[in-house]
Amino acid sequence: MDLLLEETVPGGGHTSLIVKRGQSLRITDLRGGANVSVMLINAAEKSERLNLPDTLKCQHTAKLTAGHCLYSDMGRVLAAIVADTCGWHDSIGGVSNAAEVRERYGTGRYQDLRNAFYRNGTDNLLVEMGKWGLGIADLLMTLNLFSRVDVTDAGALSFVPGNSRAGDYVDLYAPMNTLLVLTAIQHPLDPNPQYEPKPVRLALSRAERSVAELCRTSCEENVRGFINTDRFFL
Amino acid sequence: MTTTLTVSDKRPEQAIFRETLAAGEPWLHELKAGQTLRILDLEGNQAVDTLFYCLADPRERFDPQRTLRRQQSLYLTTGTVLYSNLGNPMLTIVADTCGRHDTLGGACAQESNTVRYALEKRYMHSCRDNYLRACAHDGRLSKQDIGANINFFMNVPVTSEGGLTFEDGISAPGKYVELRAEMDVIVLISNCPQLNNPCNAYNPTPAELLIWN
Repeated sequence: MDLLLEETVPGGGHTSLIVKRGQSLRITDLRGGANVSVMLINAAEKSERLNLPDTLKCQHTAKLTAGHCLYSDMGRVLAAIVADTCGWHDSIGGVSNAAEVRERYGTGRYQDLRNAFYRNGTDNLLVEMGKWGLGIADLLMTLNLFSRVDVTDAGALSFVPGNSRAGDYVDLYAPMNTLLVLTAIQHPLDPNPQYEPKPVRLALSRAERSVAELCRTSCEENVRGFINTDRFFL
Repeated sequence: MTTTLTVSDKRPEQAIFRETLAAGEPWLHELKAGQTLRILDLEGNQAVDTLFYCLADPRERFDPQRTLRRQQSLYLTTGTVLYSNLGNPMLTIVADTCGRHDTLGGACAQESNTVRYALEKRYMHSCRDNYLRACAHDGRLSKQDIGANINFFMNVPVTSEGGLTFEDGISAPGKYVELRAEMDVIVLISNCPQLNNPCNAYNPTPAELLIWN
Protein backbone atom coordinates (compact mmCIF):
# COMPACT_ATOMS: atom_id res chain seq x y z
CA MET A 1 0.00 0.00 0.00
CA ASP A 2 1.15 3.43 -0.99
CA LEU A 3 0.78 5.86 1.93
CA LEU A 4 -0.61 9.25 0.86
CA LEU A 5 -1.47 10.99 4.11
CA GLU A 6 -1.31 10.46 7.85
CA GLU A 7 -3.00 12.53 10.48
CA THR A 8 -4.15 12.28 14.08
CA VAL A 9 -7.65 13.44 14.98
CA PRO A 10 -7.69 14.47 18.64
CA GLY A 11 -10.54 13.33 20.86
CA GLY A 12 -13.48 15.64 20.14
CA GLY A 13 -12.05 16.59 16.74
CA HIS A 14 -13.79 16.42 13.38
CA THR A 15 -12.57 16.29 9.82
CA SER A 16 -13.60 15.29 6.32
CA LEU A 17 -11.87 14.13 3.18
CA ILE A 18 -12.65 12.57 -0.16
CA VAL A 19 -11.40 9.00 -0.30
CA LYS A 20 -11.02 8.49 -4.03
CA ARG A 21 -11.97 5.36 -5.94
CA GLY A 22 -9.17 2.88 -5.32
CA GLN A 23 -7.97 4.44 -2.09
CA SER A 24 -8.27 3.04 1.40
CA LEU A 25 -8.46 4.83 4.72
CA ARG A 26 -7.18 3.13 7.86
CA ILE A 27 -8.61 4.47 11.10
CA THR A 28 -6.68 3.37 14.19
CA ASP A 29 -7.82 3.57 17.79
CA LEU A 30 -4.65 4.91 19.42
CA ARG A 31 -5.48 4.40 23.09
CA GLY A 32 -8.41 1.99 23.19
CA GLY A 33 -12.05 2.88 23.77
CA ALA A 34 -12.30 5.29 20.84
CA ASN A 35 -15.52 5.98 18.98
CA VAL A 36 -15.65 7.51 15.51
CA SER A 37 -19.02 8.67 14.17
CA VAL A 38 -19.13 8.64 10.39
CA MET A 39 -21.26 9.90 7.50
CA LEU A 40 -20.46 8.94 3.90
CA ILE A 41 -21.57 10.83 0.80
CA ASN A 42 -20.95 10.39 -2.94
CA ALA A 43 -18.52 13.25 -3.62
CA ALA A 44 -19.83 13.65 -7.18
CA GLU A 45 -23.54 13.69 -6.30
CA LYS A 46 -24.08 14.76 -2.74
CA SER A 47 -27.75 13.77 -2.66
CA GLU A 48 -26.46 10.19 -2.53
CA ARG A 49 -25.72 9.35 1.11
CA LEU A 50 -24.92 6.50 3.44
CA ASN A 51 -28.09 4.52 3.99
CA LEU A 52 -27.68 2.29 7.01
CA PRO A 53 -31.06 0.53 6.67
CA ASP A 54 -30.19 -0.50 3.10
CA THR A 55 -26.72 -1.52 4.33
CA LEU A 56 -28.04 -3.65 7.16
CA LYS A 57 -30.91 -5.37 5.43
CA CYS A 58 -29.02 -6.41 2.30
CA GLN A 59 -26.29 -8.03 4.39
CA HIS A 60 -28.60 -9.35 7.14
CA THR A 61 -26.54 -7.71 9.84
CA ALA A 62 -26.94 -5.08 12.52
CA LYS A 63 -23.23 -4.91 13.36
CA LEU A 64 -20.61 -4.03 10.78
CA THR A 65 -17.19 -5.64 10.38
CA ALA A 66 -14.70 -6.94 7.78
CA GLY A 67 -16.46 -8.25 4.67
CA HIS A 68 -19.34 -5.77 4.91
CA CYS A 69 -20.08 -2.94 2.52
CA LEU A 70 -21.48 0.48 3.40
CA TYR A 71 -24.24 1.27 0.92
CA SER A 72 -25.70 4.49 -0.38
CA ASP A 73 -29.41 4.92 -1.04
CA MET A 74 -28.60 4.33 -4.74
CA GLY A 75 -27.50 0.73 -4.28
CA ARG A 76 -23.81 1.58 -4.58
CA VAL A 77 -20.90 0.82 -2.25
CA LEU A 78 -19.55 4.02 -0.70
CA ALA A 79 -16.98 2.05 1.29
CA ALA A 80 -16.06 -1.56 1.94
CA ILE A 81 -14.72 -2.71 5.30
CA VAL A 82 -11.71 -4.63 4.00
CA ALA A 83 -9.94 -5.11 7.34
CA ASP A 84 -11.05 -4.85 10.94
CA THR A 85 -9.23 -5.98 14.09
CA CYS A 86 -12.04 -4.83 16.34
CA GLY A 87 -14.90 -7.01 15.10
CA TRP A 88 -17.98 -4.90 15.80
CA HIS A 89 -19.02 -1.43 14.72
CA ASP A 90 -22.35 -0.03 15.82
CA SER A 91 -25.25 1.06 13.62
CA ILE A 92 -27.78 1.82 16.35
CA GLY A 93 -26.52 4.54 18.70
CA GLY A 94 -26.10 7.56 16.43
CA VAL A 95 -24.65 10.85 17.71
CA SER A 96 -25.48 13.00 20.73
CA ASN A 97 -26.45 16.63 20.43
CA ALA A 98 -25.45 19.51 22.71
CA ALA A 99 -28.32 18.94 25.15
CA GLU A 100 -27.50 15.25 25.58
CA VAL A 101 -23.81 16.03 26.17
CA ARG A 102 -24.72 18.67 28.76
CA GLU A 103 -27.07 16.23 30.46
CA ARG A 104 -24.38 13.55 30.70
CA TYR A 105 -21.16 15.48 31.33
CA GLY A 106 -22.30 18.87 32.56
CA THR A 107 -21.26 22.19 31.11
CA GLY A 108 -17.86 22.47 29.45
CA ARG A 109 -17.53 25.82 27.73
CA TYR A 110 -14.78 26.98 25.43
CA GLN A 111 -14.33 30.06 27.61
CA ASP A 112 -13.22 27.87 30.51
CA LEU A 113 -11.67 24.85 28.81
CA ARG A 114 -10.35 26.26 25.52
CA ASN A 115 -10.03 23.46 22.97
CA ALA A 116 -10.88 20.82 25.56
CA PHE A 117 -14.45 22.15 25.62
CA TYR A 118 -17.29 19.63 25.46
CA ARG A 119 -18.23 19.00 21.87
CA ASN A 120 -20.98 16.79 20.55
CA GLY A 121 -21.26 14.47 17.57
CA THR A 122 -24.24 16.17 15.96
CA ASP A 123 -22.67 19.63 15.89
CA ASN A 124 -19.27 18.24 14.88
CA LEU A 125 -20.74 16.45 11.89
CA LEU A 126 -22.99 19.40 10.99
CA VAL A 127 -20.03 21.78 11.02
CA GLU A 128 -17.95 19.47 8.88
CA MET A 129 -20.81 18.75 6.47
CA GLY A 130 -21.56 22.46 6.26
CA LYS A 131 -18.12 22.92 4.69
CA TRP A 132 -19.34 20.85 1.73
CA GLY A 133 -22.69 22.60 1.44
CA LEU A 134 -24.55 19.90 3.36
CA GLY A 135 -27.03 20.56 6.16
CA ILE A 136 -29.09 18.93 8.86
CA ALA A 137 -31.32 17.14 6.37
CA ASP A 138 -28.20 15.29 5.21
CA LEU A 139 -27.33 14.02 8.66
CA LEU A 140 -28.87 10.58 8.46
CA MET A 141 -28.29 7.52 10.62
CA THR A 142 -24.57 7.50 11.42
CA LEU A 143 -22.14 4.66 11.87
CA ASN A 144 -20.14 4.45 15.11
CA LEU A 145 -16.79 2.80 14.47
CA PHE A 146 -15.14 0.90 17.36
CA SER A 147 -18.34 0.76 19.43
CA ARG A 148 -20.63 -2.15 20.22
CA VAL A 149 -24.23 -2.07 21.40
CA ASP A 150 -25.83 -5.39 22.25
CA VAL A 151 -29.54 -6.07 21.84
CA THR A 152 -31.40 -8.59 24.02
CA ASP A 153 -34.30 -10.67 22.72
CA ALA A 154 -36.66 -8.17 24.31
CA GLY A 155 -34.88 -5.34 22.49
CA ALA A 156 -32.97 -3.79 25.43
CA LEU A 157 -29.81 -1.96 24.32
CA SER A 158 -26.53 -2.12 26.23
CA PHE A 159 -23.19 -0.51 25.41
CA VAL A 160 -20.30 -2.98 25.64
CA PRO A 161 -17.23 -1.32 27.17
CA GLY A 162 -13.78 -2.40 25.98
CA ASN A 163 -14.90 -3.34 22.47
CA SER A 164 -11.84 -1.68 20.95
CA ARG A 165 -8.29 -1.89 22.28
CA ALA A 166 -5.30 0.36 21.66
CA GLY A 167 -4.01 -0.36 18.16
CA ASP A 168 -7.27 -1.74 16.77
CA TYR A 169 -7.95 -0.49 13.27
CA VAL A 170 -10.52 -0.60 10.51
CA ASP A 171 -9.76 -0.18 6.79
CA LEU A 172 -12.39 1.48 4.59
CA TYR A 173 -11.78 0.91 0.87
CA ALA A 174 -13.58 3.30 -1.49
CA PRO A 175 -14.85 1.80 -4.76
CA MET A 176 -16.16 5.27 -5.67
CA ASN A 177 -15.15 8.83 -4.77
CA THR A 178 -16.56 9.04 -1.29
CA LEU A 179 -16.74 12.09 0.94
CA LEU A 180 -16.10 10.81 4.43
CA VAL A 181 -17.11 13.05 7.34
CA LEU A 182 -16.08 11.92 10.80
CA THR A 183 -15.72 12.95 14.39
CA ALA A 184 -13.83 11.20 17.22
CA ILE A 185 -16.41 11.59 19.96
CA GLN A 186 -17.86 9.44 22.71
CA HIS A 187 -20.68 7.08 21.85
CA PRO A 188 -24.02 8.36 23.20
CA LEU A 189 -24.53 5.17 25.22
CA ASP A 190 -20.97 5.08 26.65
CA PRO A 191 -21.60 5.00 30.43
CA ASN A 192 -18.33 6.81 31.26
CA PRO A 193 -19.49 9.87 33.26
CA GLN A 194 -16.40 11.87 32.18
CA TYR A 195 -16.12 13.69 28.87
CA GLU A 196 -13.09 11.80 27.52
CA PRO A 197 -13.23 11.38 23.74
CA LYS A 198 -10.23 9.42 22.42
CA PRO A 199 -7.90 10.27 19.52
CA VAL A 200 -7.62 8.23 16.33
CA ARG A 201 -5.04 8.05 13.55
CA LEU A 202 -6.03 8.36 9.90
CA ALA A 203 -3.83 6.86 7.18
CA LEU A 204 -4.87 7.24 3.54
CA SER A 205 -3.30 4.88 0.99
CA ARG A 206 -3.61 3.83 -2.60
CA ALA A 207 -4.88 0.26 -2.63
CA GLU A 208 -5.19 -2.60 -5.08
CA ARG A 209 -8.76 -3.32 -6.08
CA SER A 210 -8.13 -6.89 -4.98
CA VAL A 211 -8.26 -5.84 -1.32
CA ALA A 212 -12.01 -5.42 -1.76
CA GLU A 213 -12.57 -8.98 -3.01
CA LEU A 214 -13.35 -10.07 0.54
CA CYS A 215 -16.29 -7.65 0.58
CA ARG A 216 -17.34 -8.01 -3.06
CA THR A 217 -17.70 -11.76 -2.75
CA SER A 218 -18.92 -12.06 0.85
CA CYS A 219 -22.52 -12.38 -0.38
CA GLU A 220 -24.40 -12.24 -3.70
CA GLU A 221 -25.86 -8.89 -2.70
CA ASN A 222 -22.40 -7.35 -2.60
CA VAL A 223 -21.49 -8.75 -6.04
CA ARG A 224 -24.47 -6.77 -7.35
CA GLY A 225 -23.58 -3.74 -5.23
CA PHE A 226 -20.15 -3.58 -6.87
CA ILE A 227 -21.72 -3.96 -10.33
CA ASN A 228 -23.97 -0.97 -9.53
CA THR A 229 -20.92 0.96 -8.32
CA ASP A 230 -18.81 0.20 -11.38
CA ARG A 231 -21.68 1.27 -13.65
CA PHE A 232 -21.40 4.76 -12.18
CA PHE A 233 -17.94 5.00 -13.80
CA LEU A 234 -18.76 3.72 -17.30
CA MET B 1 -40.21 -11.46 23.65
CA THR B 2 -42.23 -9.71 26.30
CA THR B 3 -44.56 -7.08 25.01
CA THR B 4 -47.48 -5.39 26.63
CA LEU B 5 -50.26 -4.81 24.16
CA THR B 6 -52.47 -1.80 24.68
CA VAL B 7 -55.95 -1.51 23.27
CA SER B 8 -57.44 1.88 22.42
CA ASP B 9 -60.84 3.08 23.58
CA LYS B 10 -61.21 5.34 20.52
CA ARG B 11 -64.27 4.64 18.39
CA PRO B 12 -64.01 4.67 14.60
CA GLU B 13 -67.39 6.40 14.20
CA GLN B 14 -65.99 9.40 16.09
CA ALA B 15 -62.92 9.74 13.88
CA ILE B 16 -62.67 12.97 11.90
CA PHE B 17 -60.83 11.16 9.10
CA ARG B 18 -61.10 7.59 7.92
CA GLU B 19 -59.59 6.22 4.74
CA THR B 20 -58.39 2.93 3.34
CA LEU B 21 -54.97 3.17 1.75
CA ALA B 22 -54.59 0.57 -0.98
CA ALA B 23 -51.48 -1.58 -1.15
CA GLY B 24 -48.53 0.15 -2.80
CA GLU B 25 -49.88 3.72 -2.42
CA PRO B 26 -48.31 6.78 -0.78
CA TRP B 27 -50.14 9.03 1.71
CA LEU B 28 -49.06 12.47 2.90
CA HIS B 29 -51.18 14.13 5.54
CA GLU B 30 -50.92 16.70 8.31
CA LEU B 31 -51.55 15.75 11.90
CA LYS B 32 -52.02 18.55 14.43
CA ALA B 33 -50.63 18.49 17.98
CA GLY B 34 -53.07 16.55 20.18
CA GLN B 35 -54.61 14.61 17.30
CA THR B 36 -54.26 10.81 17.23
CA LEU B 37 -53.52 8.73 14.15
CA ARG B 38 -54.39 5.05 14.02
CA ILE B 39 -52.68 2.88 11.41
CA LEU B 40 -54.57 -0.37 11.07
CA ASP B 41 -53.33 -3.51 9.34
CA LEU B 42 -56.55 -4.63 7.62
CA GLU B 43 -55.49 -8.03 6.36
CA GLY B 44 -52.38 -8.77 8.43
CA ASN B 45 -48.61 -8.80 7.87
CA GLN B 46 -48.54 -5.55 5.91
CA ALA B 47 -45.54 -3.23 6.31
CA VAL B 48 -46.52 0.44 6.56
CA ASP B 49 -43.37 2.49 5.92
CA THR B 50 -43.77 5.78 7.75
CA LEU B 51 -41.88 9.07 8.16
CA PHE B 52 -42.67 12.12 10.27
CA TYR B 53 -41.72 15.78 9.77
CA CYS B 54 -42.26 18.91 11.80
CA LEU B 55 -44.93 20.92 9.99
CA ALA B 56 -43.37 24.28 10.93
CA ASP B 57 -39.94 23.26 9.59
CA PRO B 58 -39.80 19.98 7.69
CA ARG B 59 -35.98 19.85 8.04
CA GLU B 60 -36.84 18.63 11.52
CA ARG B 61 -37.78 14.97 11.14
CA PHE B 62 -38.08 11.64 12.91
CA ASP B 63 -34.69 10.44 14.20
CA PRO B 64 -34.61 6.66 14.68
CA GLN B 65 -31.24 6.50 16.44
CA ARG B 66 -32.16 9.13 19.03
CA THR B 67 -35.54 7.46 19.57
CA LEU B 68 -33.94 4.07 20.22
CA ARG B 69 -31.19 5.28 22.52
CA ARG B 70 -33.50 7.51 24.52
CA GLN B 71 -35.69 4.52 25.37
CA GLN B 72 -32.68 2.13 25.43
CA SER B 73 -34.68 -0.36 23.42
CA LEU B 74 -34.75 -1.38 19.78
CA TYR B 75 -38.47 -1.95 19.51
CA LEU B 76 -41.30 0.53 19.43
CA THR B 77 -44.51 0.01 21.34
CA THR B 78 -46.95 1.80 23.65
CA GLY B 79 -45.14 4.54 25.55
CA THR B 80 -42.42 5.00 22.93
CA VAL B 81 -41.74 8.67 22.22
CA LEU B 82 -40.63 9.36 18.67
CA TYR B 83 -37.91 12.02 18.81
CA SER B 84 -36.81 14.41 16.08
CA ASN B 85 -33.27 15.07 14.85
CA LEU B 86 -33.38 18.23 17.02
CA GLY B 87 -34.23 16.17 20.10
CA ASN B 88 -37.88 17.19 20.36
CA PRO B 89 -40.72 14.73 21.02
CA MET B 90 -42.78 14.45 17.83
CA LEU B 91 -45.32 11.74 18.61
CA THR B 92 -46.07 9.19 21.33
CA ILE B 93 -47.33 5.67 20.71
CA VAL B 94 -50.49 5.50 22.83
CA ALA B 95 -51.91 2.16 21.75
CA ASP B 96 -50.46 -0.90 20.06
CA THR B 97 -52.08 -4.28 19.52
CA CYS B 98 -49.20 -5.65 17.42
CA GLY B 99 -46.17 -5.16 19.67
CA ARG B 100 -43.41 -5.20 17.10
CA HIS B 101 -42.44 -2.43 14.67
CA ASP B 102 -39.14 -2.15 12.84
CA THR B 103 -36.74 0.79 12.80
CA LEU B 104 -33.68 -0.72 11.08
CA GLY B 105 -34.99 -2.17 7.83
CA GLY B 106 -35.78 1.11 6.12
CA ALA B 107 -37.87 1.48 2.98
CA CYS B 108 -37.50 -0.56 -0.18
CA ALA B 109 -36.20 1.16 -3.30
CA GLN B 110 -35.56 0.24 -6.91
CA GLU B 111 -31.85 0.53 -6.18
CA SER B 112 -31.84 -1.57 -3.03
CA ASN B 113 -33.98 -4.16 -4.79
CA THR B 114 -31.22 -4.55 -7.41
CA VAL B 115 -28.77 -5.30 -4.61
CA ARG B 116 -31.01 -7.51 -2.50
CA TYR B 117 -32.71 -9.63 -5.15
CA ALA B 118 -31.48 -9.22 -8.74
CA LEU B 119 -30.43 -6.43 -11.09
CA GLU B 120 -33.62 -7.07 -13.12
CA LYS B 121 -35.82 -6.22 -10.13
CA ARG B 122 -35.13 -2.52 -10.72
CA TYR B 123 -38.48 -1.90 -12.36
CA MET B 124 -40.69 -3.13 -9.54
CA HIS B 125 -42.64 -0.56 -7.54
CA SER B 126 -41.04 0.58 -4.26
CA CYS B 127 -41.59 2.63 -1.14
CA ARG B 128 -38.94 5.18 -1.96
CA ASP B 129 -40.56 5.83 -5.34
CA ASN B 130 -43.78 6.43 -3.44
CA TYR B 131 -42.02 8.85 -1.08
CA LEU B 132 -40.45 10.78 -3.95
CA ARG B 133 -43.76 10.99 -5.79
CA ALA B 134 -45.58 12.29 -2.73
CA CYS B 135 -42.76 14.75 -1.96
CA ALA B 136 -42.65 16.03 -5.54
CA HIS B 137 -46.37 16.79 -5.57
CA ASP B 138 -46.45 18.24 -2.07
CA GLY B 139 -43.47 20.54 -2.63
CA ARG B 140 -42.37 20.87 1.00
CA LEU B 141 -40.17 17.77 1.01
CA SER B 142 -37.53 16.35 -1.30
CA LYS B 143 -35.13 13.43 -1.52
CA GLN B 144 -32.86 15.18 0.97
CA ASP B 145 -35.55 14.82 3.64
CA ILE B 146 -36.04 11.09 3.22
CA GLY B 147 -34.29 9.54 6.19
CA ALA B 148 -34.72 6.19 7.89
CA ASN B 149 -38.36 5.31 8.48
CA ILE B 150 -40.46 3.14 10.75
CA ASN B 151 -41.94 -0.04 9.35
CA PHE B 152 -45.10 -0.49 11.31
CA PHE B 153 -46.16 -4.14 11.75
CA MET B 154 -42.81 -5.43 10.48
CA ASN B 155 -40.74 -7.86 12.54
CA VAL B 156 -36.97 -7.45 12.13
CA PRO B 157 -35.23 -8.80 15.23
CA VAL B 158 -31.53 -8.36 15.97
CA THR B 159 -29.76 -11.46 17.26
CA SER B 160 -27.24 -11.51 20.11
CA GLU B 161 -24.49 -11.99 17.50
CA GLY B 162 -25.55 -8.80 15.73
CA GLY B 163 -27.44 -10.50 12.92
CA LEU B 164 -30.54 -8.95 11.39
CA THR B 165 -33.35 -11.31 10.49
CA PHE B 166 -36.53 -10.67 8.58
CA GLU B 167 -39.09 -12.77 10.34
CA ASP B 168 -42.64 -13.50 9.38
CA GLY B 169 -44.78 -10.71 10.71
CA ILE B 170 -46.45 -11.08 14.06
CA SER B 171 -49.21 -8.76 12.92
CA ALA B 172 -52.65 -10.04 11.97
CA PRO B 173 -55.87 -8.66 10.50
CA GLY B 174 -57.16 -5.78 12.61
CA LYS B 175 -53.93 -5.10 14.51
CA TYR B 176 -53.21 -1.41 14.90
CA VAL B 177 -50.91 1.21 16.35
CA GLU B 178 -51.97 4.67 17.53
CA LEU B 179 -49.80 7.77 17.71
CA ARG B 180 -50.60 11.05 19.42
CA ALA B 181 -48.91 14.06 17.86
CA GLU B 182 -46.86 16.14 20.32
CA MET B 183 -46.27 18.81 17.66
CA ASP B 184 -47.88 19.59 14.32
CA VAL B 185 -46.44 17.02 11.92
CA ILE B 186 -46.52 15.87 8.32
CA VAL B 187 -47.02 12.11 8.09
CA LEU B 188 -45.58 10.45 4.99
CA ILE B 189 -46.53 6.81 4.41
CA SER B 190 -45.80 4.27 1.75
CA ASN B 191 -48.04 1.24 2.07
CA CYS B 192 -45.23 -1.09 1.08
CA PRO B 193 -45.45 -2.78 -2.35
CA GLN B 194 -42.54 -5.19 -1.74
CA LEU B 195 -43.20 -8.58 -3.37
CA ASN B 196 -39.80 -10.18 -2.78
CA ASN B 197 -39.66 -10.81 0.95
CA PRO B 198 -41.88 -11.92 3.80
CA CYS B 199 -42.35 -8.43 5.27
CA ASN B 200 -45.76 -8.38 3.57
CA ALA B 201 -46.17 -12.15 3.42
CA TYR B 202 -45.43 -11.68 -0.34
CA ASN B 203 -48.87 -10.13 -0.65
CA PRO B 204 -49.17 -6.36 -0.08
CA THR B 205 -52.57 -5.46 1.32
CA PRO B 206 -54.47 -2.27 2.27
CA ALA B 207 -54.15 -0.36 5.52
CA GLU B 208 -56.72 1.84 7.22
CA LEU B 209 -55.90 5.30 8.53
CA LEU B 210 -58.05 7.07 11.12
CA ILE B 211 -57.59 10.42 12.87
CA TRP B 212 -59.26 11.67 16.03
CA ASN B 213 -59.17 15.13 17.54
